[in-house]
Amino acid sequence: MSGALAIFEREFKSYFYSPVAYLIIAVFAALTGFFFYLYTNGFVEASLMADMQAQQYRMEPQKLNVNLMLIRPFFWNIAMISLFTLPTLTMRLYSEEKRQGTVELLYTAPVSPLQIILGKYTAGLAFYAILLLPTIFYQSLLFWFGNPELMPVVTGYLGLILIGSAFIAAGLWISTMTENQIIAALGGFALSLLLWIIGAGAASAGETLGAVLNYISIINHFEDFAQGVIDSSHVLYYVLFTLTGLYFSLKTIESVKWRA
Amino acid sequence: MIEVNNLTRYYGEKPAISDVTFRVNKGEILGLLGPNAAGKTTTMRILTCFMPPTSGSAKVGGYDIFEQSMDIRRITGYLPENPPLYHEMSVNDYLGFVARLKGVSKKNLSREVDTVVQKTSIGDVRQRLIGKLSKGYKQRVGLAQSLLNNPQIVILDEPTVGLDPKQIIEIRELIKNLAGEHTVILSSHILPEIEQTCERVVIINDGKVVAEDRVDDLARRMRGGERQILKIEGSREAVEKAVHSVSGTSAVQIRAGSEQIWDVVVESESDLRRQLAKAVTAAELGLLELRSEQFTLEDVFLKLTMKEEN
Repeated sequence: MSGALAIFEREFKSYFYSPVAYLIIAVFAALTGFFFYLYTNGFVEASLMADMQAQQYRMEPQKLNVNLMLIRPFFWNIAMISLFTLPTLTMRLYSEEKRQGTVELLYTAPVSPLQIILGKYTAGLAFYAILLLPTIFYQSLLFWFGNPELMPVVTGYLGLILIGSAFIAAGLWISTMTENQIIAALGGFALSLLLWIIGAGAASAGETLGAVLNYISIINHFEDFAQGVIDSSHVLYYVLFTLTGLYFSLKTIESVKWRA
Repeated sequence: MIEVNNLTRYYGEKPAISDVTFRVNKGEILGLLGPNAAGKTTTMRILTCFMPPTSGSAKVGGYDIFEQSMDIRRITGYLPENPPLYHEMSVNDYLGFVARLKGVSKKNLSREVDTVVQKTSIGDVRQRLIGKLSKGYKQRVGLAQSLLNNPQIVILDEPTVGLDPKQIIEIRELIKNLAGEHTVILSSHILPEIEQTCERVVIINDGKVVAEDRVDDLARRMRGGERQILKIEGSREAVEKAVHSVSGTSAVQIRAGSEQIWDVVVESESDLRRQLAKAVTAAELGLLELRSEQFTLEDVFLKLTMKEEN
């Protein structure tokens, strides 16, 4: 697996060789920061209202739940911004090798296609973890000034990593199929978005098909994590999703190799 | 060291190579010669396990290309036609990465990189970004990459393309020095290159092997006889008489050069230069020039590839 490690390191470092990576980090931090500001503002206003009402009626002030009102929707928002951002990370993962002709190096070096795929996937995931760092900073402010529950925050991040892993595996698969980064990005985004909204059709799709669509839908499995619940069936869903994406990627590069 | 048997590879309907068979001995430099699109790259890609043949088989270093491709990759260094470089990396980082891909241990990494940097003399650009290097340096970095981990077999696809004459000489010397310790396959469409660096040559045209021999034997075999070229001063009758007095000629051509000077081409089984010289001086004609024509690999090559077209 030392080959996979070498590919991971090169791939991860290569994100930072170009200004695009810094731009993505900045945009991600700005967008999540904006939503965090909106939710915090809303929460503070609601608390002020509650305090005023309590004074008016001479009651104990109502305690508002910061986890419920702020942290939960914020996680949902980060997941959605990830949907838009991750295709820009995965688009280059494999397409770039094809375009530069470096696949010839990878295919003739003593590394297996599996090592190539694993190195690429973990590099994407590691960069995603970096993207999430500013949001941890935002949430730590809540702990500084308030007293939210810690568990839902921890499980929320677990959920984000899992959903991100699924997006990255899907994007990587698209990237193995083309040497054009724009097509890889658009394809990755379209596939992720489709999997996100597919549950919306469930209500009108009849009982069996509806249940299937609901199960496939990538966001339906996320809600519980944001509420502090780790349900093994949801974990399994994301793990299976990721493995499927990696398996497809593997088969694509193996078949492209045989077709060449 | 390398055995290639009846390799055939189709791209769609069209065969890129068909029935290619040749051998490479240990420590030898073999030239793969052919015009563009003859199938050189396809052959090399099959031998480096980049892609499989449609049919046929090959053994590289005793390993089968289908069953033991990982073993082949471990002992083979490959420089593709377009050097596989990451333009955003520095030369040093790049070579370190390739060394790790090839399984060089962390302990030996810097020594291994130092060795190939020295061999290809790219020491002065080690810290530069590959994307900023000239074509010649890029080619050398690609060559350096193929020599990492001291491979038994080195496969080079047109290694001197895009280099200036001085660099070409350097790279040729480097490749010659690889012989003995390494087994080298080198492809080129440039004849002098093969003549100067390779011991044996396989000529490929239109996907087929048209000749496989030692470089000098091939020229001799293709020559099929001697050919003397003379420039003689005198009257036409005298010249004709003198040349025809020599026995053993199979064909004589006399053409008018400038005034009273005749270009004569004599073809024969054996070397007739002495007899011709004697006959011409005996007839008291002026012998201005007498040489035996050397067939070069170029003639051989053209002859072989033209024959294919007809």
